[in-house]
Amino acid sequence: MNLANPQFNTHGELIHLLSIEDLSRDILHAILDRAEPFTAVAEREVKKVPLLRGKSVFNLFFENSTRTRTTFEIAAKRLSADVINLNINTSSAAKGESLLDTVDNLAAMQADMFVVRHASSGAPYLIAQHLAGIGSNHIHVVNAGDGRHSHPTQGLLDMYTIRHYKRDFTQLTVAVVGDVLHSRVARSQLHALVTLGVPEIRLVGPKTLLPTYAAQMIENAPLRICHDIGEGLRGADVVMTLRLQNERMNGALLPSTQEYFKSYGLTPEKLALAKPDAIVMHPGPMNRGVEIDSSVADGSQAVILPQVTFGIAVRMAVMSMLAGGSQ
Amino acid sequence: MNLPPVTDLIAQLTAQMRPHITPDTVLVGIHTGGVWVAEVLHAALGLATPLASIDASFHRDDHHIGNGLKSGGRASHLPGNVEGAHLILVDDVLYTGRTIRAALNEIFDYGRPAKVEYAVLVDRGGRELPVAATYCPFAVAVPASQSLDLCRGEDGQLSFSLSEK
Repeated sequence: MNLANPQFNTHGELIHLLSIEDLSRDILHAILDRAEPFTAVAEREVKKVPLLRGKSVFNLFFENSTRTRTTFEIAAKRLSADVINLNINTSSAAKGESLLDTVDNLAAMQADMFVVRHASSGAPYLIAQHLAGIGSNHIHVVNAGDGRHSHPTQGLLDMYTIRHYKRDFTQLTVAVVGDVLHSRVARSQLHALVTLGVPEIRLVGPKTLLPTYAAQMIENAPLRICHDIGEGLRGADVVMTLRLQNERMNGALLPSTQEYFKSYGLTPEKLALAKPDAIVMHPGPMNRGVEIDSSVADGSQAVILPQVTFGIAVRMAVMSMLAGGSQ
Repeated sequence: MNLPPVTDLIAQLTAQMRPHITPDTVLVGIHTGGVWVAEVLHAALGLATPLASIDASFHRDDHHIGNGLKSGGRASHLPGNVEGAHLILVDDVLYTGRTIRAALNEIFDYGRPAKVEYAVLVDRGGRELPVAATYCPFAVAVPASQSLDLCRGEDGQLSFSLSEK
């Protein structure tokens, strides 16, 4: 393991996927390129390729998820891996076992890969470091969302979707609408968009969710804060909506969901300000009538369901790259 | 070592294959060199069926040592119905036999063909698996220290290059 960047081994090969921040443009494109042929696997008679045959992939979800866990499971199974889903609520963690003790036990069961979701930022890093410490470098870690920090495969599948519909990142105006500051999805999206050379990225939301200092969250990045949604959407090629997290309501950061919908909910009228061929994305799960209007979510510009399909191919690409590389 | 010109090899290969071609025969080029050869054969044989192509990277047995997926892989384009089809897999060079093994596995992910044959321009020896070509106009022993590659120039001309690894 490379201590400066634990995602790479000493030969510079990707061994864990922990965050998008430290990945170069070349590596991002390499992952997206690798994902492309995997989209066709679903159309075969036999929806499986043997790249991870005989490998054991453990899904460790310490936090709820339907879409991400399911798509990781499908991706691993299409690569012919054996997938073990740990139901953490009924596992020993609920009886008080520590995270690293759980990891040690699974390593003793000859695991080859951990797909980890955890409410604490940095949990996948901790696991990767711990594995290096106990000499289990051959076990790969994929971050499936940690706290407010990162959700790299979501960021990658979003980039795959944008590349699929828009081809060239360097000519795009992208608007990210919602609770950007507290969203691990947004953080991964922004790092990827910046690395891939998007020249204008607008962060759109109310002042309570999006203080002006949010523009400095990535150094030297072309981030622009827009508190007015009209200003944020005008001429945009890509509109990425984020889920409004209920805990923001409890924190009194917003008056009400109705109020939020009125100002920032993506309606056909507001979307009309973006380019006519603009695409609308959402990482799910959607709150219809809060951050997005049903007619937009089901409309011709929405690519929300293709995002889910591409997510499987992107996760296959990541897992095959990690486990297929030399150790 | 003297290799005959590629155009001569393709002419001989075409002549070997022609008596066995039916109206339903489908040529399947194996990426990358095999697709180039298959394009020329497809035109020379005047086939009405669309040309198919296959990338066997997903089934390579050596991806873990860094060979199999280095190009990122391409999607295979096989005919709508592999079930019951007569397929001829086309490649440029037959060497260890691992590519054709992987290609056969890939084919069977799409269905069960009635018959699969294998056409190749040059058999360079060095087999590591028990396979043989159905059609092959030229065999020569190339030492393991050398690689034999088909190249395509900007004018579309095919030629072989022999180099030290």
